[in-house]
Amino acid sequence: MTLIEQLIAATDASRVLTQHEDLVVYGFDGTAALKEMPAVVVLPRNTQEVAACVKIARAASVPVVTRGSGTGLSGGSVPLPGCVVLTLVKMDKIIELDEANLTLRAQCGVITKEIDDAAGRVGLFYPPDPGSMKISTIGGNVAENSGGLRGLKYGVTRDYVMGMEVVLPTGEIVWLGNKCVKDVAGYSMKDLFIGSEGTLGIITEVLLKLVPKPKARRTMLALYDTMEAAAETISAIIAAKIIPCTLEFLDRMTVKCVEDFARIGLPVDVEAVVLMETDGHPAAVEEEASQMMDLARKHGAREVKMAQSEAEGATLASARRSAFSALARMKPTTILEDVTVPRSELTHMVKFINDCAARRGLMIGTFGHMGDGNLHPTFLTDERNHEEMHRVEEALEEIVDETLRLGGTVTGEHGVGLAKKRFLRKQMGDGSYELMRSVKMALDPDALLNPGKIFDLKSAS
Amino acid sequence: MNLLRDMDYSVLQQCMHCGMCLPTCPTYVETKREKNSPRGRIALMRSIADGTSAVSEAFADEMYYCLGCLACQTACPAGVHYAELFETARAEVERANVLPGVERGFWRWLALDVIFMRPWMLRAIGIVLRLYQQSGLEALLRRVRFFGLLPKKFESLEKQTPRMSAAVSDELIDVLETPAEPRYRVGMLTGCVQDIAFSDVNRATVDVLLANGCEVVTPRSQNCCGSLHAHNGAVENARELALRQMSAFDLDSLDAIITNAGGCGSHLKSYSHLLPDHPMAKKWDAKVKDIHEWLAAIGLRAPMASCGVDRVTYHESCHLCHGQKVTRQPRELLKAIPGLEVVELPESNWCCGSAGIYNITQPEQSQKLLERKAGHIRTTGCKHVATSNPGCHLQIQRGMNEEVQVTQPVLLLAAAYQRESRQT
Ligand SMILES: Cc1cc2nc3c(=O)[nH]c(=O)nc-3n(C[C@H](O)[C@H](O)[C@H](O)COP(=O)(O)OP(=O)(O)OC[C@H]3O[C@@H](n4cnc5c(N)ncnc54)[C@H](O)[C@@H]3O)c2cc1C
Ligand code: SF4
Ligand code: SF4
Repeated sequence: MTLIEQLIAATDASRVLTQHEDLVVYGFDGTAALKEMPAVVVLPRNTQEVAACVKIARAASVPVVTRGSGTGLSGGSVPLPGCVVLTLVKMDKIIELDEANLTLRAQCGVITKEIDDAAGRVGLFYPPDPGSMKISTIGGNVAENSGGLRGLKYGVTRDYVMGMEVVLPTGEIVWLGNKCVKDVAGYSMKDLFIGSEGTLGIITEVLLKLVPKPKARRTMLALYDTMEAAAETISAIIAAKIIPCTLEFLDRMTVKCVEDFARIGLPVDVEAVVLMETDGHPAAVEEEASQMMDLARKHGAREVKMAQSEAEGATLASARRSAFSALARMKPTTILEDVTVPRSELTHMVKFINDCAARRGLMIGTFGHMGDGNLHPTFLTDERNHEEMHRVEEALEEIVDETLRLGGTVTGEHGVGLAKKRFLRKQMGDGSYELMRSVKMALDPDALLNPGKIFDLKSAS
Repeated sequence: MNLLRDMDYSVLQQCMHCGMCLPTCPTYVETKREKNSPRGRIALMRSIADGTSAVSEAFADEMYYCLGCLACQTACPAGVHYAELFETARAEVERANVLPGVERGFWRWLALDVIFMRPWMLRAIGIVLRLYQQSGLEALLRRVRFFGLLPKKFESLEKQTPRMSAAVSDELIDVLETPAEPRYRVGMLTGCVQDIAFSDVNRATVDVLLANGCEVVTPRSQNCCGSLHAHNGAVENARELALRQMSAFDLDSLDAIITNAGGCGSHLKSYSHLLPDHPMAKKWDAKVKDIHEWLAAIGLRAPMASCGVDRVTYHESCHLCHGQKVTRQPRELLKAIPGLEVVELPESNWCCGSAGIYNITQPEQSQKLLERKAGHIRTTGCKHVATSNPGCHLQIQRGMNEEVQVTQPVLLLAAAYQRESRQT
């Protein structure tokens, strides 16, 4: 039997796609300017089908690229030429919601927002909320260890993963972790797979931790005439030992684009906007909200507004989530960065990025999870303009160098994939870089799963 | 020549493939296949423009599987102009002539080149249908299951034939109708299907305009606006109809041109895309107003009587909410009617499957959407559902004939004004 025939036998013909028109559309993810054609796309329905497909691909020595909703921003699910793509969006069942243990078990293809909605229906809450939560899959979130708007107080995806089912490169199915709050039996193997970007195994089920839904929430918007003042407010809030759930930053260009899209009355004549949110016990929330508003005013906010209702707060947060795509209104190509620095270096970094763009005559919009030190400088350009693209590359190089000099990281939440590969050794140093490669070789010696993502495999073999 | 290759490439490039539109796309949600998503469809179009894919039958099928509901356009933060992409793609499919079938060609020709190009013919058909429906012949043939003897396609088509109105718009509306104290002067579009199947909605529209101080000019024997043609790849016919439509009105003497059908309005507002060099097209686009939008803009006068219905839910026509971004105004209009409780419909802006002639071309997917819609309408417990597009009206009525009565916001508002005038 041919590879295709075997895949059909393992699933069914309607879920094995080979027509040109069906393949072109899986050639990319959310990352700019990366495109490749797979040989075949399979949409498995359950773990057994995933395992069978892995075994078939392995026997045929054809690499496998795992895909969720393809919203990744580092090229993680961009195919390798001629590979098998396993798209897991049809594995979309929530299996169990355990209110006694505050856990939720789901197949990997469930949409992030549906998990939070399901938790919300019983008074619980799943905090990690990446900007893409309306469409990203939970498997993709775990594979990228995604962050979100509430990371400052609640942490990232990793902090909510208690267990998972994984299909290994051999096709074996293993279960890692359990419902215990405490567990030190052996290596924490699940942690190895969180953020592994589909290079070590295919996560087919996840067991997530839920928390009680906060009783109250306040959302505020502070407007600034300078970016520095905005950054200083953030530092001041953190120095005042307040940990709000959200401290998001948007510069002038980003605010303008978001307003163009969402039309919710954001001011478009300011240099920076900071979106602040606190949640928890009603009394504590009121106190923190008023403290934050005072600090914002003290550090030069031109105006500080509080959302009048929960719905208005949600509208503001959801507008912020559209920031990245909204920036794409300006120019044909949007190249997004994900540099993260220690929070004490924020003001400096924001200024550095702006100077760098100005010096090189580039258009840039910056937004990000300021409270986490995670910035998303976004270059607005046109991939057909080679001269300008070259200047963008140079600017990126410069921003990465400065980030690393400050003790930062090239990616805070989007992963390395293809896009950040070339910076990785520089950041990690030879020792830890090689250690990571040897882990890959130990689990996947034949380089079956997503080879060439995160790092090249050559020198380790 | 290739229309996708010749179009402005930046429109295609505008999509940065973030996927934010996927959860709002009815066909993607149904199949979870990327090809059936907005992002996938745009990628295919771009691939054709790039010369890496051909205008194949598979591509054509995909373009006709798309509802053209434009939910993706509302969801897209990047400002992708999907309507333009979609129309260009369908036009290219027709130009390249990749969809086989003599029968398809015949029906297209009959509908797009003959019937919907000639207002008199459409009206004549309306009259024949009306006689047929009223004469008892229809009931008789249905009783003896005559249509079951015909091919399946005809049987389902027969069921979808709308009820004809007792009179066409020109019989119900005078060329010029003037209220006691006119504040504005507007032109009234009577539509094509609307004209023969919903002339009562046209009459009601004129009534509410009069009640709000608008003098109404209604030219005779109006043409189809051409949206059917533009959405189905017949661009030349669409241009011809746009020209005829514009010449029927003395634009400078009017404050607005009023449309009351969501699908038409969306198209009528984009004549300048169709006719970029026409000196009046831009002005025309700016003056075309959906009835709800216009009433809200001039300040709706709330009626002082009820409308005879006490609970209603509202289904949004795709081209009214996604195409024209008119979402708030119809709800406000309904809420302004005394004694009328307006119950919010879950997924109110999800396509009902009517989508122009989609219910005929893709009956299976259309039926799924209709059932989804009916399910939500049932949860509201309302016995009346209001919508403002003839396609949606017919589709929902067909799906829920026994359970609910479909109406339109202007019908309810006009009824309230009428009761008010009887009271005073
Ligand atoms: C508009 C927008 C906003 C975003 N905002 C944020 C944000 O705020 N924070 C953030 O962290 N990210 C954000 N992202 C990035 C992206 O959405 C996340 O990385 C998300 O987790 C990807 O999920 P996905 O289902 O689309 O995965 P994909 O993009 O399909 O895959 C991502 C990676 O995970 C691997 N993978 C996917 N599923 C599995 C699985 N089941 N098992 C093993 N490997 C798997 C793939 O091989 C690939 O390497 C944003 C993206 C967009 C487009
Ligand atoms: S128009 Fe409707 S069906 Fe077509 S791609 Fe957009 S959302 Fe999907
Ligand atoms: S159409 Fe808009 S929302 Fe959809 S993928 Fe493209 S840019 Fe994103």
